[in-house]
Amino acid sequence: MSLEKFKNSTVLDPKIAKRVHKELGDEKVIDMYREMILLRRFEEVAGRQYQMGKIKGFCHLYIGQEALAVGAKATLEDRDYTISAYREHGHAIVAGITPNAVMAELFGKVDGCSGGRGGSMHLFDTTKNFYGGWGIVGGHIPTAAGMAFASKYNNEDAVTMCYFGDGSLHQGVFHETLNMAAMWDLPCVFITENNHYAMGTSLDRHSAITDLQKKAVGYDMDHDCIDGQDVFAVYEGIKKAVDRARKKNRPTFLDIITYRYRGHSMSDPAKYRTKDELNDAQEVGPIIRLQNFILKQKIADKETLDAIDKDVKKIVKESVKFAEASPFPDPSTLTDHTYVEWNSPID
Amino acid sequence: MREILFRQALNEAIDEEMARDKDVFLMGEEVAEYNGAYKVSQGLWDKYGDKRVIDTPIAEAGFAGIGIGAAFLGLKPVIEMMTFNFCVLALDQIVNTAAKSLYMSNGQISCPIVIRGAGGAGGALGAQHSQSLEAQYAHIPGLKVMMPSTPYDAKGMLKTAIRDPDPVIFIESEVLYGSSGEVPEEEYMIPMGVGDIKREGTDCTIVAWSRMVGYALKAAEVLAEDGISVEIVDPRTIRPLDKDIIYNSVRKTNRAVIVEEAWGFASVGASISELISREMFDHLDAPVGRVNQRDIPTPYAFNLEPLAYPTVENIVSAVRKACYL
Repeated sequence: MSLEKFKNSTVLDPKIAKRVHKELGDEKVIDMYREMILLRRFEEVAGRQYQMGKIKGFCHLYIGQEALAVGAKATLEDRDYTISAYREHGHAIVAGITPNAVMAELFGKVDGCSGGRGGSMHLFDTTKNFYGGWGIVGGHIPTAAGMAFASKYNNEDAVTMCYFGDGSLHQGVFHETLNMAAMWDLPCVFITENNHYAMGTSLDRHSAITDLQKKAVGYDMDHDCIDGQDVFAVYEGIKKAVDRARKKNRPTFLDIITYRYRGHSMSDPAKYRTKDELNDAQEVGPIIRLQNFILKQKIADKETLDAIDKDVKKIVKESVKFAEASPFPDPSTLTDHTYVEWNSPID
Repeated sequence: MREILFRQALNEAIDEEMARDKDVFLMGEEVAEYNGAYKVSQGLWDKYGDKRVIDTPIAEAGFAGIGIGAAFLGLKPVIEMMTFNFCVLALDQIVNTAAKSLYMSNGQISCPIVIRGAGGAGGALGAQHSQSLEAQYAHIPGLKVMMPSTPYDAKGMLKTAIRDPDPVIFIESEVLYGSSGEVPEEEYMIPMGVGDIKREGTDCTIVAWSRMVGYALKAAEVLAEDGISVEIVDPRTIRPLDKDIIYNSVRKTNRAVIVEEAWGFASVGASISELISREMFDHLDAPVGRVNQRDIPTPYAFNLEPLAYPTVENIVSAVRKACYL
């Protein structure tokens, strides 16, 4: 059901758009557009750098899902926490990690946000309250609840936002965590970035139900299904969940419908879906929809948007230069950070 | 000096650390209202309340992961696994998250958590509840592993584990919970990575930890009657291992026997044996001896189970063999 729900939307939901535009104002709307373009251009360049051999290993691009990270981030305060899985370049950048530091990390360089020790799947910056960057499907979902537990324990008034893919929902820890988060009133927002595929297995082939928000019913948790290609719908839907977490310490489970335009990782030709399916998704893409809204509402003209794109391209180009110029980590640091304290009397 | 039970020593360690540091909390199955499946947490719920002593559903991976996330933000969780057999369910969280955060984040995210509970055989519990799985954790860089053999060590080591900034796996022998020993009233700590000579001797070194220390001590008594003087080294911390205390003993005795409750293949004992064989080769007068659980799942039948585990007799004959007697 959820798969088809937003399929034919070619514009932003007009009622939501009117409300959110009024709430956020022109400047913020343009900021969101700029962030979405930045994520798109960054990933396009990362993909090319991968093909040139500058980035190795696994690299999961966020192209197509930009409205989700950008809409979600707009709901958070600086004191809130974010934790994600391995398709997290977008979440890291909107959290405030610079494109330079993310690109350098992809290049395995010392100026990367994880000092070159993490790579594409393991981006961290605790000064931005961004806690990864995790590579075991669903494995960070209890971590998120633990962070929410700690912030509540310390009366921080902070919300933890946890991103994961639709493929995570069949892991045991997902269910274990939702049960405890609901029972213990943890201020956490659980976000399914439902891009229809668990790697190469489509939702209807990996899940007994496709209306994923039903998963929350068994845990008496608030839930919603949101059009993830509509940045304002994402903002408004997640805002409710964040408010619920902040004001009532109640967690929320969200099924946010999105679509990734590229394969699962760089080595995936995505033969499990048709060209038509991909083309259809791209035609109603999150950036085009916001662009149409901005132009129609005369929030900005085409020239302004083009200038933003040009700026962003420059920022991304600069990040590649920065990553190129940054050295690899010093081999003498190889064993650093295995332990905080290794006070063995030996070695 | 007063004598208290092993479980009381652990209880005092947790109690003292909770009183000292409000960031310490205890979480696990039956730890609160029930006072702990093995009564280690007796009285703590009454004293510290729901906020700091937390009963969980039976979801080891989930609550281990919640503890890990809480540790990321600076809390000091003590996560009780009812037994380490069940901790296998949380192995992903421990190996892939707790042991990796510091390195992958370039030192940004430490994980000061203690995961503790019962390990080893309990007696007639069957194969799924009678395993010594310390090798699973000792194998992983990023983790520390402690296994006390006496109430004194249990208390001092657990206090150290709770204050340690890294993830510590703390395995308590199920059989030892009811054992008693001297524990001073005043506060003390036992450092991470420092072993202890449990009996001094000159003819052969036995390396043993946790429940096997008691077996080794009994074997040493038997051997003493034959004029064989055994030195017993208890590393106490498995990782980081106190290699010096082992090497120094072997330099003196020129012989070593490793006694472990676990299976012998790919085990902690195998690694210690390898270290001694390689580093102390010139000092050894005999091959390093090994005593282990038989290489089978633990049987239930009352006559079979004892045949599967190390016995005092096994240890005596391994030492005699190392001494060419």
